[in-house]
Amino acid sequence: MASEPAPVSQLSTPIRLDYRFTAGHAQSKTLRALAQGRFLGQRCPVCHKVYVPSRGSCPVDGVATTEEVELADTGTVTTYCVVNVPFAGQTIEIPYICAQILLDGADISFMGLIQEIPAAEVRMGLRVQAVWVPPDELAPTMASVRYFRPTGEPDADYETFKAYL
Amino acid sequence: MNDRVAAPPAVRQGSRPVAVVSFAQAPSVRHESGRNEVEVLMPVIAEVFANIGITKDDVGFICSGSTDYLIGGPFSFVAALDAIGVWPPRRESHVEMDAAWALYEAWVLLQEGEVDAALVYGFGKSSLGDLAKILALQLDPYVMAPLWPDPVSLAALQARALIDAGKATERDFAEVAARSRRSALGNPNAQVAYDWSVNDLLAEDYVVAPLRRHALPPITDGAAAVVLATAERAFEWAERPAFITGIDHRVETHSLGARDLTTSASTTTAGATAGVAEGEVDVAELHAPFAHQELIVREALGLGPDVEVNPSGGALAANPLMSGGLIRIGEAARRIMDGSADRAVAHATSGPLLQQNLVAVLAAP
Repeated sequence: MASEPAPVSQLSTPIRLDYRFTAGHAQSKTLRALAQGRFLGQRCPVCHKVYVPSRGSCPVDGVATTEEVELADTGTVTTYCVVNVPFAGQTIEIPYICAQILLDGADISFMGLIQEIPAAEVRMGLRVQAVWVPPDELAPTMASVRYFRPTGEPDADYETFKAYL
Repeated sequence: MNDRVAAPPAVRQGSRPVAVVSFAQAPSVRHESGRNEVEVLMPVIAEVFANIGITKDDVGFICSGSTDYLIGGPFSFVAALDAIGVWPPRRESHVEMDAAWALYEAWVLLQEGEVDAALVYGFGKSSLGDLAKILALQLDPYVMAPLWPDPVSLAALQARALIDAGKATERDFAEVAARSRRSALGNPNAQVAYDWSVNDLLAEDYVVAPLRRHALPPITDGAAAVVLATAERAFEWAERPAFITGIDHRVETHSLGARDLTTSASTTTAGATAGVAEGEVDVAELHAPFAHQELIVREALGLGPDVEVNPSGGALAANPLMSGGLIRIGEAARRIMDGSADRAVAHATSGPLLQQNLVAVLAAP
């Protein structure tokens, strides 16, 4: 008797979906500014907080953030972590520092890479400045900022950034 | 009417009468190229509050309907809350379904008595990915989804089953489409509206036989919002609130081969539970994305020839995924609120080929 084929025990169903992302009007402005080597935020007309990048609305008040605010490329490390664990797709040598950076004039921090300082010396309140890619490599992406490096200024007083932790 | 004491109608379900008091929607478009989801929602939320002069502080609960599959990113409903501003923290929930089901959740919560009003909204941009592929992923993952059947082909199987059963003809589909698109001429938010004859439509080529282009819904980016309120608030905020006298939803098997595709048992049950037949129906807003599905839903609800169906143009005029069902409830409620109807039926569907159905009966005070 012919042998029965083995029962199917496993099934592979590859799925791939492609999307056209819509950054939106507000975030597009931030991204275009990055392509010019600058940070652009937006201010809430109700609470006057400055968001960067802005998604077009104040998440506290639910109103459109229409006023554009030019921001410095200097800021303060509000908190950070030392990355010691290797992972797939890693492009930076470990250990490295992933920090929350509060740009001067902004009311929200974002994540950035800290370099040009030994990992053990990074601290809350460290003053940093963006290091941009060369002008011909600037593009509408956060990758236009290679990393942040210490400015050498005295550390920011904890009181100045404790509200942003 | 004006000398009548304002009181809610008798409700079939629930212990606290709850009404739709405001409705707003974004214009339905093929592709919102500039605005992201939050930017589309913000003016809709602002309008639904401004209509009745309230703010987010007046609603004790927020519930939304959307799906991450449309945007291709995780937790998009959380990001969407930026359109409202949820500080101080709000009582909030979300369904990965059309926002008609979010409205159901809000209605249940309002029955509990802790909250007097709720904001319900839905949003979705169908234009960001390959919608045919995205919708294939709502099928069962073992035997159906790996075949990647597109929604038009599935709908064509259903339409063919209707024809084979002797229940409808291609002309019937064209009549639904012609009437819907003609009605849509009066709807400023419609995406597809025209005045073509049935014969014109029957001259179109098949997209997938027996369905021609006219029998298909458009692909739509859109959003909509509704405010629900209990009777006391409802009469404060609206002259003629649209009270929900019955609401129910049912789901059928995900196995398409195990269903009679020419009927909708879940719609029939939901309609009976919501009490559709317990009074005259002036207008019905049915969520039937494909023309032939209107015939199925209409029969399942037992709606007679006198009932005005889809004066908005229905899903054939605009089909924003995740808000198309809520818009049916909003459009039906609008008819009550503006005095052009006393009793209306709203239907919403979700899933492939009318798998899940929700029916609400709305009535004037």
